[in-house]
Formats: sequence, structure tokens, C-alpha cells
Amino acid sequence: MVQYRQSSLDDSFAALSDATRRGVLEQLGRSDASITDLAEKFHMTLTGMKKHVGVLEEAGLVTTEKVGRVRTCRLGPRRLGEETAWLERYRQLWDSRFAELDKVVEELKRKEKIDGRKRE
Amino acid sequence: MDARESETTTMKNRTTVERKSERELVVTRTFDAPARLVFEAWTRPELFKQWWVPKSMGMFLRSCEMDVRVGGGYRLVFGHDASNADEFFGRYIEVVPNSRLVWTNDEGGDVGPVTTVTFEEKDGKTLLVLRELYPSKEALDAAGTGAADAMDETFTQLDELLVAQGSLSRNA
Repeated sequence: MVQYRQSSLDDSFAALSDATRRGVLEQLGRSDASITDLAEKFHMTLTGMKKHVGVLEEAGLVTTEKVGRVRTCRLGPRRLGEETAWLERYRQLWDSRFAELDKVVEELKRKEKIDGRKRE
Repeated sequence: MDARESETTTMKNRTTVERKSERELVVTRTFDAPARLVFEAWTRPELFKQWWVPKSMGMFLRSCEMDVRVGGGYRLVFGHDASNADEFFGRYIEVVPNSRLVWTNDEGGDVGPVTTVTFEEKDGKTLLVLRELYPSKEALDAAGTGAADAMDETFTQLDELLVAQGSLSRNA
């Protein structure tokens, strides 16, 4: 089960699946903010917020820039429009299907190998 | 995460989705098998049933009939009993063994897409390209919104799962 979940998640999907991270995106949609601002807003430690922002940044949903001692976050190139959200869900559906299809195809390959040996 | 799991993740073939035009969606994925085997899994109902409805969809596929030849029909019935049954059906308009399948999606009347799947083999691997061509931009947009709604429940469950996982790792 764990393996199934792992193989069917990707960066951006995981990024969108967390309530805090969705909150951060909403917040950044209104205005840019520093990690300190965000940590305060969401009652989190700086380290905790840095992790969340890191996940969003990796998924291309947020970019950050360090000026002096302050790291400012803003929405990234992959703006979370409604279309992006449903396209990502659509992709996720196919990704889950194909993970299962991999298993079916592996089984066919295995059977073919056994049958091939029988014929020899 | 143990070593075997991370290996599976890195070796995984990526699924990509692109909105090619106002009325077309394109999905691509590579499979580590010859085209004839991938094609077989798309055209034999007993195999098709094993992967078309992944566990994460939270849906139950009650029956699956497929008459894979030009003009032949297919019908998928979802739901646990007749009261909540949901049907998907259409007909095959092109069937080229091991390389190409085209079918209609007729359950929604005349706003359903035409689905084209091509299987292209190279070095023992198969590049699969699936295209869904809608009759209009509006039809595609409506389908997208509908699909998003249908999957909301699944995502709520996933949220809970990830939150639970998060609190576990925080406590560790």
C-alpha cells in the first residue's frame, strides 16, 4: 500500500495535497510574504514553514528570493489556476491507472517468458 | 523510505498531460514492454478491468464488456448496485492491432470526446499517447470541472492520509 501511494504521487500533487501549503498559496496570491511572515500567520516554526515553502518551490508553484537577511516568497511560474488544478487531477488519474497497467503488463511479460521456455 | 522504494520511484516512467489545443488533451507514458503486450492489456476486458479503476479512485467497476473491432461497442458499469450505477459506453471506430485504437464516448450525448490511443514500440519499450478530442472548448472545460468535482472526495481522503503521515513524522 505504501509503495502504491509513493509511486502515484509526484511533486506538484503532493504540494497541493496539504492544507497549510494551499493556505500559503492563497496568502501569496494576495501579496508576497517573507518566510517569517508566513510562519507567524500559520502559527508554525520557521523550520516548519521553510519545509513547506521548499516543497512548493520544488513543484514550481512558488519562487523565493533572498534580499539581505529576508527570504521573500511569491507565486511561481506554475500559477495555480483552476485549469492547472483539474489538469493535475486528470494527470493524477492517468498516473494511477498506468501504475496499475505496469503491473498487468509485467505479469504478461512474465507469462510470455514462461510460455516461451515451454515451447523450446 | 527504504532503498527499494526509492529505486522504484526514480525508475518510474512519467505520465505527462498537456492541453494541446482548446479542445484536445494529450496524455503520454512509456511502458517497459513491447507494444503487443500493452495493446493486449487495453483490449482484453479481464486485463483492462485490473488497471482502469485504480484503488485511489474509490470506485467499483461492476462490469466491463468490450467488442474490440471497428464498429464494435464497449460498456463499463460502475457502482455497487443498480441504484448508484454509472455507465460509460461508446464504440470503436479504428482498431489497428498493436498500434492504434480510436473510440467514441457516447454516455454524455454529443459532447463526449473521441479517444485515440497509439502504441509506438522502440527498443522493446512502448510509448503510449492518448488523445481526447472534444467537439468544442466548452465541452472540454465542462468535462474538466466535472472530473475535478468527482475526484474531490478522493483528495479529501488523501489530505487526511498526508496529515496523518505528517503528524507521525513530526512525532518521530
